[in-house]
Amino acid sequence: MTEIPQSSGSLSRRLTLQLMSGAAILATMLYFVVLNVARDLAETSQDNILFASATAILEATSVQGEEVEVDIPYGALSMLGNVSDDRVFYRISVADTFLTGYRDLPQDPQENGAGSRYFTDTYKGESVRAITVMRRISLNAQAADVAVTVAQTRTGQMATVARMSQVALISGAGFFTVAAVLAVLTARSAIRPLNRLAGSVSRRGPKDMRPVIGPVPSEMVPLVTSLNRFMARLKTSLTRSEDFIAEAAHRVRTPLATVRTQAEVLLRRVDREENRHSLREMIRAIDESSRAAGQLLDHAMVTYRTDHLERERIDLAELVRELVARLQPVAELKDLTLVADLEGDAWLHGDAILIQNAVRNILDNAIKYSPRERKITVSVKRDGESINLQVTDEAGGFPTEGSALLTERFARGQNSAGTVGSGLGLTIAKEVAEAHGGSLILNNTKDGGGACVTLQFV
Amino acid sequence: MRYLAICLSALCSAILISFPLQAYEIEGQHRFGPDDANRVLRIISTADVDILEPLMTLYLKGQPDVAIDYTLVSSGELMTAIADEGAQFDLALSSAMDLQIKLANDGFSAVHESSATDLVPEWGNWRNHVFAFSQEEASIVVSPQAFAGLPMPRDRQELINILRRHPERFAGRVATYDLRQSGTGYLFATQDARTTETFWRLMEVMGSLDAQLFCCSGVMIEAVSRGDLAVAYNVLGSYARAREDLADSIAVIDPADITSMMLRTAILLKGANEDALARSFIDHLLRSAWGADTVPEYPFYKWHLDRSEAAAATKPIRLGPGLLVFLDAQKRKRFLRAWLAAIKQE
Amino acid sequence: MRFLLVEDNEGLAGAVLDRLRLDGHVVDHAADISAADHFASTADYDLILLDIMLPDGDGRNFLKAHRARQNETPVIVLTARSEVSDRVGVLDLGADDYITKPFDFSELEARCRAVLRRRGGASSNAQRFGSLVFDALAGTLRIGEEVITLRNRELRLLEVFMSAPDRIFSKSKLVDRLFSYDEDVSENAIEVYVGRLRKHLAGTDVEIATVRGLGYRMSLIPGPS
Repeated sequence: MTEIPQSSGSLSRRLTLQLMSGAAILATMLYFVVLNVARDLAETSQDNILFASATAILEATSVQGEEVEVDIPYGALSMLGNVSDDRVFYRISVADTFLTGYRDLPQDPQENGAGSRYFTDTYKGESVRAITVMRRISLNAQAADVAVTVAQTRTGQMATVARMSQVALISGAGFFTVAAVLAVLTARSAIRPLNRLAGSVSRRGPKDMRPVIGPVPSEMVPLVTSLNRFMARLKTSLTRSEDFIAEAAHRVRTPLATVRTQAEVLLRRVDREENRHSLREMIRAIDESSRAAGQLLDHAMVTYRTDHLERERIDLAELVRELVARLQPVAELKDLTLVADLEGDAWLHGDAILIQNAVRNILDNAIKYSPRERKITVSVKRDGESINLQVTDEAGGFPTEGSALLTERFARGQNSAGTVGSGLGLTIAKEVAEAHGGSLILNNTKDGGGACVTLQFV
Repeated sequence: MRYLAICLSALCSAILISFPLQAYEIEGQHRFGPDDANRVLRIISTADVDILEPLMTLYLKGQPDVAIDYTLVSSGELMTAIADEGAQFDLALSSAMDLQIKLANDGFSAVHESSATDLVPEWGNWRNHVFAFSQEEASIVVSPQAFAGLPMPRDRQELINILRRHPERFAGRVATYDLRQSGTGYLFATQDARTTETFWRLMEVMGSLDAQLFCCSGVMIEAVSRGDLAVAYNVLGSYARAREDLADSIAVIDPADITSMMLRTAILLKGANEDALARSFIDHLLRSAWGADTVPEYPFYKWHLDRSEAAAATKPIRLGPGLLVFLDAQKRKRFLRAWLAAIKQE
Repeated sequence: MRFLLVEDNEGLAGAVLDRLRLDGHVVDHAADISAADHFASTADYDLILLDIMLPDGDGRNFLKAHRARQNETPVIVLTARSEVSDRVGVLDLGADDYITKPFDFSELEARCRAVLRRRGGASSNAQRFGSLVFDALAGTLRIGEEVITLRNRELRLLEVFMSAPDRIFSKSKLVDRLFSYDEDVSENAIEVYVGRLRKHLAGTDVEIATVRGLGYRMSLIPGPS
C-alpha cells in the first residue's frame, strides 16, 4: 500500500565510512610522519656522532716535522660503539695521499676545501653512513688538506627506524581504532534524532496530523518545518476531502429527498394512471441515483480508509447482530426473513467502520435482489485460523459465468435487471476484505437456489 | 735472552709442521675425535691446546662422526691467516680482543644468535659476532722471596713506590710483555695507558730498573717462580693461578686500583664449511662460560658477574670499535715509540 | 401520531410534512435547533425526526442536550452524510435509529414502528372497526378473543384500508403503498394480499369488497342487527 522510497544508502553508514576514511588517512599520515621523523632523528643522531668522531680525529692530527701524525683518540671510535653495535671504518688522507685507516673507504665525492659533508654509500657489502671532515694545514710550506672520513654501518639506525616504525604502526592502528569507534558512536548519535523523529512520526495514528514540536538539532529544523507544513497541508486537504464528501452527499441527497417525498405525496393524490406511471419512474430514478451516489461515496470512503487502516479489536458476531437488527425493518418491508446465525463471539483486528460497511453492502444487495417472502441468513463461523462471514440468500444464485466480474466496479448481476443498485457493493466488500488480508468468495448454494457471499478473514 | 722465549714456547708447545702453501706461522696442529669422522670442525685458536682440550672432548662426546681440527697460532698470525690469506676455518678463538673486533668489523665473521648467546652479558657480546667466553685478569705476579721484608704491593702506586725505594733489589728483575711481539701485552698496555695515569710512571720506573721483555705469560711466570724475576707486570692471572705447582713460589696480585679483564672471544667465520657444528660449538663454549651450572671441564675462573662488590676493581675491556684505535698503524707507531722510550731508557 | 420534524431545508420539510399529514399524523416543523428546543420543551411528541446539518449547529448537539434533559421521546436521525461513523455516532449519542436521505416513506414508517415497538410507547394506537381491533404498532389484529399476527404487507394493506373505511382504493395505489418502487410487480400481485386479508376477516362483520374496474373497499357487512 505505502510506497517505500528507493534507498540511496544509509546516512549513518556513509557518515561512519567518511569519518573512518578520514581517520584512516590521518592514521596513515601519522604513520608516515612519525616514520619520517624517526628516520630523520635516527640519521641525525648518527650523523652527530659521526661528526663528533671525525672532528675528534681531525683535531688529533698534527704536523710533526715534515710528517703528519694522527693520534686517534680512543673515544673517537669508542663513542660510535656507544650508540649502536655497528661496524666502524675510517680513513685519513693528507693532500689526497692515504695516511691511515681503511685505504679503500670511499670519501665524499665532492671533497674540496674545508668543511664537512655527510653521505651514504656501500662499503664491504653494507650500507654505511659516512662523513668527511677536512682541515687545511701547512706542510713543508705548502697548503695541504687533511681529510678524515668516518663511516658506520646503519644496522642500529635501521633497527631504530624499524622500532619506531613499529611504534608508529601501533600508534597509527591505535589511533585508527579509537577514531573508528568514535566514528561509529558519532554517526549513531548524529543519526539518533533522525531515528527518533522517524519513530515518533511512524508511531502516530493515521489521522494524527499534529506538528512535531519536540526539540531537534538545528540541521533538522528545515526538514521538520517542511514536515510540519506538509502535515498541515495534508490535514487541511484531508479535512477538506472528508468535508467535501459529506457536503457532496448533503447537497445531492437533500434535494433528491425533497423531490422523492414530493413525488410520493403526489402519487397519493394523483389518479390518472399515466401520471402515476411517470411519478413511479421518477421515484425509481431518484432511488437509483441516490443509491449509486451512496455507493460511490461509500467506495471513496473505503478507499480513503483502507489507506489509513485503523485496526482495533472487534467482535464480528456483535457487529453482525447490530447490523441485522438495523436492517430488519427494511427486510420486513418485503416480508423477508433475515436470520443471524452466530456461534459465540468472533474477535478479529480490523477497521470496524469498513467491515460494517462491507457487510451492510452485501446485505443490501441480498435484500434488494431477493424475491419477497424469502430467507436471508448471515452466519459467522470460525474455521481454524480464519473467520468466515457468510450471507446466503434464496434469490436464485449468481449466473455461472461472471461471478468474478460481479466485484468489478459497476458490474451488475444479470438477475438484477430492474432492481436498483450496482455491483459496487461487492467491490467495496472485496476491497475491505483484502485490506484486512482476507478475501471475498462468491459461489452458489449446493442446491443452486441461492447465492452465497463469504467474507473470509484470516 | 729476550727472544729466547719465542723459541722456547714454540718448541715446547708442539711439533712444527710445515705447510708449503701457507705463509702464516703455525705453532701446533691437533686433532680430536675419530680419524674417519664425517664432519670435521676446523678451529683456529691462540689458546694452548691443553686449556681447551677438556671442553672439546666434552663436546665430542656423543657425536661419533665429528672431529675437531685444532690449529694453534699466535694472535697476529691468526689475523694474517684469516684477513690476508683467506685460510679456511670454521671458528676463530682468540685472546686478542682488538683483532677479533677488527675481523668482525672488516666483515670476516658471521652473525650468530641462540639461547646460549642470550647468556652472555651485554659487554661480552659485540653485534652477535664476537662472543666472550672467558674473563682473564691482567695481574702482577711477584716472587714472595724477592719481597722478603717488604710489604706486598696492592696496586700500581705501591709497586712504583717499592721499586723506587729498592732499586738494588729489583734491578734487572722486573719484566713485562714485549708489546712489539705480544698482542695480549699490547692490549693490556694500551688499556692501562687509557685507564690509569700511573701506567707511564710505572713503565719509566721499570725502564730505569732495566726491565726484561717477554713474549708470553707462561715464560714470565716460570721465571718468577724460579726467582729469576721479582716482578712480572701485566701477566695473565688466569695462567698464573692455574699453575698450582708454582703456588708456593709465586704470588698473584690483582691491582686494587684497576684490574683489566681480558676477554677471550670466539667468532664464527663467514663461509664456514661446518657452519652448524661451529654454531653448536660456540653455544657449547658460551653455556660452559656463562651458564648457571658449573662445568668442571671449563678451564677459566668464573668471575662474579656482579661487579659492584667483590670485584669492584676488575674491569672487563669493552668489546667495540674503540679497540680498533690502537690497531691503527699511526697510533701503534706513536704508542710503541713512547713505550720504548719509557721502558728502554737507552 | 405526533411528530416533530427538525429540518432546515424548506422544500424537503414541506414535502415530509405533506406526506406525514396524508397519513393523518400531526407534525410540527422546526427549521433550526433553537426552534426544535422550543417545540420539544413545550409539547409531547411520539417521535422526533432530526436532521444533522442545521443552520445554527449540529443536530447531534441537540440530540445530546435532548438526552441530557431526560426527554424520552424517541429520535430518528435523517442523515445526508455517507460516512458510516456518522450513523454509528448518532446511535451512540442516543438516537433510536437513523435513515439516509432520500428515504422511502415505507422504510421510515417501518423504522418508526420498530422504534415505537421497542420503546413500548403509543399503545393507544389500537384502532377499532366493527369487531376488529387493529394495532399497527404491534402488527396484530384481534377479532374477539383471537389475536392474529399479520405479516408486514398484510399489516400495511390493512392499515391502508383502516385509514379510510368505505373508500375505494385502486389496485395501482395499493401497489404503491405495499411495494417499493424498484420492485416490478403487476397489479394482480395485490390480489394475493387482499386474498390473505379476506381469509383473516372471514366470519367477521368486516369485508373487503371488489369494486369492479375501480379497486377494493373495506366496509362493515350490513348485518341483521
